[in-house]
Amino acid sequence: MAMFSQNPVLNGPNYSFADVPVQDHVDGFREHRFNPYTDNGGSTLAIAGKDFAIMAGDTRLTAGYSINTRFSPKVFKIGGSTSTQDDANILLSVVGFAADGEALKERLDSICKMYRYRHNKPMSVSACAKRLSTIMYQRRFFPYYVYAILGGLDEDGAGAVYSYDPVGSYEREQCRAGGAAASLIMPFLDNQVNFKNQYIPGSGVGHALQERERQPLPRDEVEVLVKDAFDSAVERHIEVGDGLQMMIITQNGIEEKILPLKKD
Amino acid sequence: MDTLVARYSRPAAQRETFADDQHDDLHDDTTNSMSLKFAIPPIAQPSAWLRAATDDRANPQCPIKIAHGTTTLAFRFQGGIIVATDSRATAGNWIASQTVKKVIEINNCLLGTMAGGAADCQYWLAWLGMQCRLHELRHKRRISVAAASKILANLVYQYKGMGLSMGTMCAGVTKEEGPALYYIDSDGTRLAGNLFCVGSGQTFAYGVLDAEYRYDLSEEEALALGSRSILAATHRDAYSGGFINLYHVKEDGWVKHGFSDTNPIFWKTKLESGEFTNVTSDFVGERV
Repeated sequence: MAMFSQNPVLNGPNYSFADVPVQDHVDGFREHRFNPYTDNGGSTLAIAGKDFAIMAGDTRLTAGYSINTRFSPKVFKIGGSTSTQDDANILLSVVGFAADGEALKERLDSICKMYRYRHNKPMSVSACAKRLSTIMYQRRFFPYYVYAILGGLDEDGAGAVYSYDPVGSYEREQCRAGGAAASLIMPFLDNQVNFKNQYIPGSGVGHALQERERQPLPRDEVEVLVKDAFDSAVERHIEVGDGLQMMIITQNGIEEKILPLKKD
Repeated sequence: MDTLVARYSRPAAQRETFADDQHDDLHDDTTNSMSLKFAIPPIAQPSAWLRAATDDRANPQCPIKIAHGTTTLAFRFQGGIIVATDSRATAGNWIASQTVKKVIEINNCLLGTMAGGAADCQYWLAWLGMQCRLHELRHKRRISVAAASKILANLVYQYKGMGLSMGTMCAGVTKEEGPALYYIDSDGTRLAGNLFCVGSGQTFAYGVLDAEYRYDLSEEEALALGSRSILAATHRDAYSGGFINLYHVKEDGWVKHGFSDTNPIFWKTKLESGEFTNVTSDFVGERV
C-alpha cells in the first residue's frame, strides 16, 4: 500500500496528478506555452497590536530587472460603502502578480460591499477572512498568483492579521511578511515582535535561561519597526524600494502614511 | 446552415467581462461561497499546467509555492482517540509558518487532521463540516464517522488526477461505532484502523508509536505517547517542527490538551527521562 506521505526524498510525488512528471528537455526544464503569470516583486508586512493593526507594502512594481513604476500601492481598503472607502473597516495587502492582486482586491471589495448593502452593517474581519479563503480556493486549479494578508480589528477591538497562501489556506497571526523580501523580514519580525530567541538576562545558565515573555508592542514602536524592516529589505533586495505605504487601522478609522525608501 | 454554424462556433467574447460564476457569486454569495464551481485554465491539459506552476517537487522553480503540512498521528485506545500533530508548514525549503493548526475541528465531536496541501485540507474539511451539519438537520441525529469519512473520500475521488494533495484522518466517537478512526487521502484511499501516522515524518512517529502502543493505555499514558511520537518526528524530520498540538476525542466531544513548543519539551524529555542520548547537552563537541 502506497501510504500518503510528503517526503520528497524517500518517495516520488504524492499528488494525485493523472500523469507522472515527465522531463522533456535535457536539462530537466519543460516548456509550457500557457504562461499567465509575471512576478511583479515587492514586499508586504502586517503587524497586529493590542488595539490597532498596521499593514505596509513598498510601492515599487517590477518585471524582471525593469522597474515599471515607482508608485503602485499594494495595500487596499476593503468594504467601504463608496469608492472612496472612507468608512472601510478592513485592509488587504497583495503581492506577487499585480494583475491577479488587483482582480482579487476588486472581487473581495465587491463582495464586502454587497454584504454591507444587504445586511446594513460592515462585514466582520473574521467573516471576511473566511470569505477571502473561499474566493482564493475557487481558483484552486488556476490560482491567483498572490500572497495576501488581511488586517483589521476583531470583535473585541484587538488587532487582527490573517495571512494566506496562493490557494487560500489561512491562519490568524501576530505578524507576517509576504512577497520578495519575506525571507529577509520574517526572521527580524520573529525576533522583534514575537521575541523569539530572546531570553531574560541573568535568569540562568544554559537550559535554565528563561524566555522573554511576549507582550503587545505600542503603535509608535511598531511603526518604527516597519520602517526599519523595509529599509533593511531595500538594502538587500532589488525588487523592493521607492516608497513605503503604511495603513494603520484603529477604532478611529484608517490612517495612511507614505514614506520614502531608497530609489536605486 | 444555422445548425452547422452553431455546432462549430463559440461566443467570441466569453470572458470579456465577468465570467458567469463570478456574477452569480456577487448576487448569491451565501450558497456559492462553498460551491463546487472552480475556475479552470483555458487550456487542453489543465492538470499538467497546474503541476508546472505549483508542484515544487516536479519543478523546484515553480512560481507558486503552496504551503504543505507534515507530521500527524491518531490512534484509538480504550479511552477514545488521541490526535496529535506538529505545526510546521513549508513551501520549498522556506518555513512558511511554525504555528499551523493541523487539527481541524470539523464540529464539536469530529476532528480532522491536515497533511499535504494546507488549503486543500482546510477547505474540504470545512466543507465536510457543512455536509455533517446538513446531515444532522435532515436526519435529526449526528452523522457517523464512517459516513462522514466516506463523504470526503467520495468527494476527493471525483477530483482524482486534478492535483489535490491531502492525507487526512477523521476521528470521532459515536454511540453506534464507539471510537472510530478513518484515513482518507487524495488518491481516494479510505481505511478504518486503530493507528495511523501521516506525512513526511510518519515513519519516525510510527517507530515510537508502534513500540509503545497498547489498546488498554490509560488516558495519561496515551496523551504522553501521542506527544512523544510527534517529538520523535520533529527531531528527525526537517519538514516537521514547531509546536505539538494534542487532542483527545471522547463520546461527548473532543478536549484540547495544549499547543506546546517542542524545544522545551525536547530538553525536558532528554534531561529528565534520559532519552535522546545521541544529543549532547553541554553544547560543545556536538557531533551526532
